[in-house]
Amino acid sequence: MKFQGTERYVATGDLMVAVNAAITLQRPLLVKGEPGTGKTVLAEEIAKSLGKNLITWSIKSTTRAQQGLYEYDAVSRLRDSQLGDERVHDIANYIVKGKLWEAFEADDAPVLLIDEIDKADIEFPNDLLGELDRMEFYVYETQKMVRAVNRPIVIITSNNEKELPDAFLRRCFFHYIRFPDPQTMMQIVDVHFPGIHKRLVAEALNLFYDVRDVAGLKKKPSTSELLDWLKLLMAEDLPPEALRAKDAKTAVPPLHGALLKNEQDVHLFERLAFMARREGR
Amino acid sequence: MFTGFFYKLKEARLPVSLREYLTLLDAVGQGVAGYAVEDFYYLARATLIKDERHLDRFDQVFGAHFKGLDGLADGMEGITAEIPEDWLRKLAEKFLTEAEKAEIGALGGWDKLMETLKQRLEEQKGRHQGGNKWIGTAGTSPFGAYGYNPEGVRIGQDTSRHRRAVKVWDRREFRNLDDSVEIGTRNIKVALRRLRKWARTGAADELDLPGTISSTARQGWLDVQMRPERHNAVKVLMLFDIGGSMDDHVKVCEELFSAVRTEFKHLEYYYFHNCPYEGLWKDNARRRTEQVPTLDVINTYGPDYKLVIVGDATMSPYEITYPGGSVEHWNAEAGAVWLQRLLDRFPHAVWINPQPEDGWGYYGSVGILHKLMSGRMYPLTLAGLDRMTGELNR
Repeated sequence: MKFQGTERYVATGDLMVAVNAAITLQRPLLVKGEPGTGKTVLAEEIAKSLGKNLITWSIKSTTRAQQGLYEYDAVSRLRDSQLGDERVHDIANYIVKGKLWEAFEADDAPVLLIDEIDKADIEFPNDLLGELDRMEFYVYETQKMVRAVNRPIVIITSNNEKELPDAFLRRCFFHYIRFPDPQTMMQIVDVHFPGIHKRLVAEALNLFYDVRDVAGLKKKPSTSELLDWLKLLMAEDLPPEALRAKDAKTAVPPLHGALLKNEQDVHLFERLAFMARREGR
Repeated sequence: MFTGFFYKLKEARLPVSLREYLTLLDAVGQGVAGYAVEDFYYLARATLIKDERHLDRFDQVFGAHFKGLDGLADGMEGITAEIPEDWLRKLAEKFLTEAEKAEIGALGGWDKLMETLKQRLEEQKGRHQGGNKWIGTAGTSPFGAYGYNPEGVRIGQDTSRHRRAVKVWDRREFRNLDDSVEIGTRNIKVALRRLRKWARTGAADELDLPGTISSTARQGWLDVQMRPERHNAVKVLMLFDIGGSMDDHVKVCEELFSAVRTEFKHLEYYYFHNCPYEGLWKDNARRRTEQVPTLDVINTYGPDYKLVIVGDATMSPYEITYPGGSVEHWNAEAGAVWLQRLLDRFPHAVWINPQPEDGWGYYGSVGILHKLMSGRMYPLTLAGLDRMTGELNR
């Protein structure tokens, strides 16, 4: 059982080693990186290439660790008790299973994605330490132990908004997805748009890295933005020459809305274009 | 097996633990890394390092420890040193004749110069192949004791054939993620986020489910309980040193200020010059006319405020320790007295110093303030801010 990347996802050597280490040793893999470099997609592709189910647990600022295990639905039970429902006598009827329980219970170990763990409260990862380590937890209401039948492959993503506790980190493998170099980027584009004009890609990539190099951008465009932009360029059927037009009038790249997500950045670009025009005169 | 390597990582103050080391051995035992050095490097990195800020340091230690493992193959063991650009400029001056320099000036600047320098270096390498790998003769090289190998000069040569010989870890691609280097508004915000203290105040507009259940059980009817939403309730009082020697640090202080402004709802700030005395001010243009007595500040804000003083603390020691020592006015009481009053009022207090930490020893005044703050002085780097929030949270 080895992850080699898929036809839709280009995995670099270091990423493959990290993923395979996590699979072999059955430990969680923590993935960090710039937004838009394919952290979440990675889990989907691992599931696809290993032929496993993917269970996604998206974390929000209000998510608590307990919700991933189970929740006791007190409100339904209260209502049922007033309606005189028979179910009310068995508390197990009101235990709602969380994503972790779901993953532990599955016959074929699934891939469990805990997405954006840094969004939650600082104590959140600590509350999951034992559960992720031993892959078991105790349900107090029914006094039952839930144990993983097969240990799921756990992928955790983080956008670095909060520091994660050391005790938690020590139990994970870690991979930082670096921004891909131009060659890897070529491969990624190739995988997503097989039919795309070779020259168009070359010109677009040049322009893209130029844009990334502009100092002072609030949000540098990343891989997912590049792919969106290429999709647009293809839909518009622009000739490669349109991108190469380095003369001052077109210093703002065509369809820049897909690349620049920030009003100030667009403004910065227009100002640079204006300055270039003035110099040219 | 890799005990030496493990201890070297510890020495480099990377937070590696025994557990991670055992995991690495386990993974190697199970054949995750295969037999390629590069795969082992990736595996060790994924196992031992959990923070991208440490990747660069890890690369350096790995390079130093495993040097020669892979390098033997291509017959070149290099010492890759970080070379500042001005050294290169000096080197260029040595290598290029006056006529060439004039020619280059006409041709167009430094880029061209670097290109020529690169050619020179390659020629040089050829000439010295007979066993001597140093460039330049003893005494004239600007590199002193540092070993030097053309690989160390990274002159935008990503695509040149040189790259072949550079190992993955020697490329040090994570250099700018080291946490003492880069600082920006967003980074500061992330660092400050650890100061968050959640509290429920204000209008009750959220359903309190556990409260409702217990109260319903007690009352016997459905008794809905509401509670206020959580807010960040940390209170911060900031004092900024302004003018004079602080002019060098204006940019980073502005970044800190803008980050702080958006991050804390309860933020009060005042300015002072060099050392806080009896008066502080809110507007630098009207600092002479509209000063707020420091005593008023002390009495206005409660001890639950966290006091953060930002200043480079470089001044004459008299400005702190003697009455009348201030450079701007006659102060009846010494700066140290006022600082002590502030510290007595605000037990959670820190001093942030934009000066690099290793330079603090050169200024007597920094030492005095460091002692007055009982050691709670931190550099204005991400690592420093981290230590600061840790201290304020105690």
